[in-house]
Amino acid sequence: MKILVCISSVPDTTAKINFTGDGKSFDKNGVQFVINPHDEFSLNKAVELQEKAGATVTILTVGDASVDAVMRKALAIGANDGIRIDADARDDFFVATQIAKAAKEGGYDIVLTGKESIDYNGGAVPGLVAGLLDYGFVNGCIGLEVEGSTAKAVREIDGGKENVEVALPAVIAGQKGLVDEAALRIPNMRGIMQARSKQITVVAPEATSTSVEVVGYEKPASRGNVTLVDKDNVAELVRLLHEEAKAI
Amino acid sequence: MAIFVYAESHDGKYKKAGLEAVAYAKAIADVAGDTVTAIAFNVTDSSEELYKYGATKVLKVENSTLKNFDANAYAKAVAELAAGEVVVVPSTNDGASFAPLLALKLGASLVTNVEKAPTTFAPFTVARKAFSGKGIETVAVTGKAVITLLQNSFGAKENAVAGSEESVSVSISDADAKVKVTGVEVAQTGAIDLKEAEIVVSAGRGLKGPENWGMIEELAQLLGAATASSKPVADIGWRPHAEHVGQTGKAIAPNLYIAIGISGAIQHLAGVNGSKTIVVINNDAEAPFFKAADYGIVGDAFEVVPKLIEEVKKLKGVA
Ligand SMILES: Cc1cc2nc3c(=O)[nH]c(=O)nc-3n(C[C@H](O)[C@H](O)[C@H](O)COP(=O)(O)OP(=O)(O)OC[C@H]3O[C@@H](n4cnc5c(N)ncnc54)[C@H](O)[C@@H]3O)c2cc1C
Repeated sequence: MKILVCISSVPDTTAKINFTGDGKSFDKNGVQFVINPHDEFSLNKAVELQEKAGATVTILTVGDASVDAVMRKALAIGANDGIRIDADARDDFFVATQIAKAAKEGGYDIVLTGKESIDYNGGAVPGLVAGLLDYGFVNGCIGLEVEGSTAKAVREIDGGKENVEVALPAVIAGQKGLVDEAALRIPNMRGIMQARSKQITVVAPEATSTSVEVVGYEKPASRGNVTLVDKDNVAELVRLLHEEAKAI
Repeated sequence: MAIFVYAESHDGKYKKAGLEAVAYAKAIADVAGDTVTAIAFNVTDSSEELYKYGATKVLKVENSTLKNFDANAYAKAVAELAAGEVVVVPSTNDGASFAPLLALKLGASLVTNVEKAPTTFAPFTVARKAFSGKGIETVAVTGKAVITLLQNSFGAKENAVAGSEESVSVSISDADAKVKVTGVEVAQTGAIDLKEAEIVVSAGRGLKGPENWGMIEELAQLLGAATASSKPVADIGWRPHAEHVGQTGKAIAPNLYIAIGISGAIQHLAGVNGSKTIVVINNDAEAPFFKAADYGIVGDAFEVVPKLIEEVKKLKGVA
């Protein structure tokens, strides 16, 4: 079984988000990059399948050389090798096209992604990859087992969960719950040493065109100052919520 | 400019997210000088429900393949019917899952997590949530667009029109559904869906243990609210994972978010900063959450929440 895990390199979850002076792009200055948290669950699931079922795990990132550090971390967690599509991950259709191409060429049985990246929050890439490849697609996956050429998955639905089956090859978008939080692996020294010699193949991108132009970014308006209510006057809070905020 | 909308339903009944998407479609159709056509699958509710929110035409599909959700089958079915320039899909689990496949089938651009009405139509210029709510991205689309609308961002505003319905068929069969559903586990019935809730009462590690959630549930019930939690609470197993909100949990945008014993870490805020009004109850005056709140009480949750319950009871006239 061959698994392709798509890793997005994203600003650390605690990073302050700033945009460049012209408001046209995200300002990477001084920002630490990490494996997208949703992708981390998918990566851990893949490594688990590698250990239990002898799968090989290849990671893929679309990005310039600056994403190498994040890729090495993913390799240290246990992936076998990596593919870097050498381009700025400028839009979801572009990224999905690169992933779909690599997935097809490499003959992967499962394409694992995170359900969305925490930077651009598109949640679009996994579905686009499935559509481009005409594979089955399980989104919001919180449980996964593989039996022969079928994946048995659990997916979150509004107000509950569903057990589903999909024939391989398939695209599966994972999220928190796919593996136990406590079981998330952190790279250890041995993993880090091994990762150094694992291969990252750098591939030139496939060109795509887009009809979506980024006009600009801004920060949301900040709330005014908090109105503090004395803890012995809870009635006042209820009055404010009822009369002023009209929220209850 | 013809506007289509997927009016999502569950068990034959329109979901709030579906009605909100119709209301959004109507608001943009009014500006564009056109009408809204809604697409509905296996619905038993009356189409009047959708006319009320502004759908002039309702295309009703009865199809057994669509009884269970499959992204490919749904995208194919909607693509056959949505002959417009803009297709609005709610960003529910289902909607967000099939919208990318729909965009591909229609040769349209995809814009997800839209939270406001477009500012121009040619090109279609619209703001979307990015960076977990720490940024707003404005994009301009030339040509067709499929957009997913963030739940609770626009509101299910009524805007009644005279409408008509039409039963239509789509050429899909079970072979188009690539994912087979073998079992469904729904959360307890009667519970309010967290993403659709108008009010959310949420608690964190400050509550000390799962045995103390009784007062949280009581307050939620009084307010007709859903309950939520911070991540560590779900990780320790005090509360189900489905309640975890934040960057790695659910992103929600209720009218009122009440955070009790939650510090307000940046990853938590990322999932709740779209809430219209935020109330924070925390015994630490320095808790970062107060900076992101509209109203706050510095105090012990175990003292404040019972009082809050009493005051809400008074307001609601409950003994
Ligand atoms: C990659 C990553 C992703 C994350 N994603 C999320 C996410 O999606 N959602 C999320 O919530 N967190 C997330 N976190 C965790 C986040 O950083 C915080 O650790 C978490 O939100 C803290 O939860 P808490 O406020 O319940 O607990 P604590 O940080 O322990 O805070 C408890 C609060 O309760 C107050 N308190 C204590 N006793 C009382 C009392 N008696 N009455 C009133 N107040 C009291 C304390 O003053 C304190 O402010 C993530 C972290 C990482 C690294």
